[in-house]
Amino acid sequence: MSSEHAVILVDSTSHALRIEKLFKEQALECRLIPVPRHLSSDCGVCVRILAPEIEGIKALLMQHHVEYQSIEVL
Amino acid sequence: MTSSSPALPSSKTRDSAIYLDNAATSWPKPPEVALAMTHFIEEIGANPGRSGHRLSIEAARVMFAAREAIAELFGENDPLRVIFGLNVTDGINLALHGLLKPGDHVITSSMEHNSVMRPLNDLSEQGVDFTQAVCNSEGVLDLSSIETALRSNTRVIVINHASNVCGTIQPIAEIGQLARRHNLIFLVDAAQTAGVIPIDMQHDHIDLLAFTGHKSLYGPMGVGGLIVSERVDPVNMHPSRQGGTGSRSEREVQPDFFPDRFECGTPNAVGVAGLLAAMQWINEQGMNKIRMHEERLCAELLQGLLCIPGVKVYGPQNAEKQTGVVSFNIQGIEASTVGLRLDDEFGILCRVGLHCAPSAHRTLGTFPKGNVRFGIGAFNTIEDIHQALQAVSQLAKEVS
Repeated sequence: MSSEHAVILVDSTSHALRIEKLFKEQALECRLIPVPRHLSSDCGVCVRILAPEIEGIKALLMQHHVEYQSIEVL
Repeated sequence: MTSSSPALPSSKTRDSAIYLDNAATSWPKPPEVALAMTHFIEEIGANPGRSGHRLSIEAARVMFAAREAIAELFGENDPLRVIFGLNVTDGINLALHGLLKPGDHVITSSMEHNSVMRPLNDLSEQGVDFTQAVCNSEGVLDLSSIETALRSNTRVIVINHASNVCGTIQPIAEIGQLARRHNLIFLVDAAQTAGVIPIDMQHDHIDLLAFTGHKSLYGPMGVGGLIVSERVDPVNMHPSRQGGTGSRSEREVQPDFFPDRFECGTPNAVGVAGLLAAMQWINEQGMNKIRMHEERLCAELLQGLLCIPGVKVYGPQNAEKQTGVVSFNIQGIEASTVGLRLDDEFGILCRVGLHCAPSAHRTLGTFPKGNVRFGIGAFNTIEDIHQALQAVSQLAKEVS
């Protein structure tokens, strides 16, 4: 377990894809992965990001009115 | 842009038949549609939004890209408010059954398809009332008849954007303004117009837009749906179906967010892949170019039919005021006979009889016998129209 990554938890895969698209436009690194079991029992996906970018990403998501549940450091 | 812009035809060779049944379903499709569907089945194939592996995510990307394309085409900001279902009927049922409660009143028109009339009649048994605003003999809705029908409990106005029977295009922007003025929900049935006539949900004040993929959007059958604007809170729209969504799996109640609240069970992702390719094709061609092509063919068809003695044409008889749908009868021959003979003797494929819209036929005066309907599409040629006119002329001559 490293704190190198964090994940953005979202309502659905569609919500994750909206974030993926936004990050691609901004040249931000991300990857859609299954939600880690210890964070949620949901069978869906979440967006993995680099932990040091959390603050900038939070601002970006707010600026674009993108809904998400929470951001968790891995 | 003029009507002389280069024609679109030549999707593939159709040596034996002239297909004039595009109002039922467009055919042929752009070749890209079948290619995209084959690619999805062979290379992607996984269930979108269900698993976290790369193919499942890729499948979900296809669905998301299609939502974006649909949202952009119809002026909706949020692609997640595009709900995929089977077809336009599915979208209309979702909206009407989801929104209306006993005691509510709905205004619709006298040109509606059974996709609206049957849900409304079903709902009327549960205490929902409806009024059909009057249309003139060309099928055009009179706005004042909507005003007259308004009641204190009116909640929804539902209008067929263009008649599937005779092509009449309704003034949806004006109806939308009226609906907004009275704070009503405006639902548009865009079965015959989505993809060929511009629709902007914001400009036209449309709150719910039901669309189908297999007509003027040139996608495959079995994919369509409903776009829900920000003015409609999903909490106020009951999902008529419940089930697995791949989200909130720990809970045994339907999620409350878009699109999962209204989409459950495995979707027709193959169909959506085809629809996405079709919309890309429309964007490459330009919707205006497709419309101009169909309008030119429609004008030629109308002009020709009106010159044949014994032929009665229904609807606006003006290509600018209708879609590429032209309905007529030949005096002295049943529509069904005309259809059979056009198919057998001339290789012309069209639709005859009542077109799932008894109200519209009553308005046009063609109930219960119905009429012959030619539905023009992007791949029809001027030669198709000339051959069709020659065939109708020959049949009309026989009975004169």
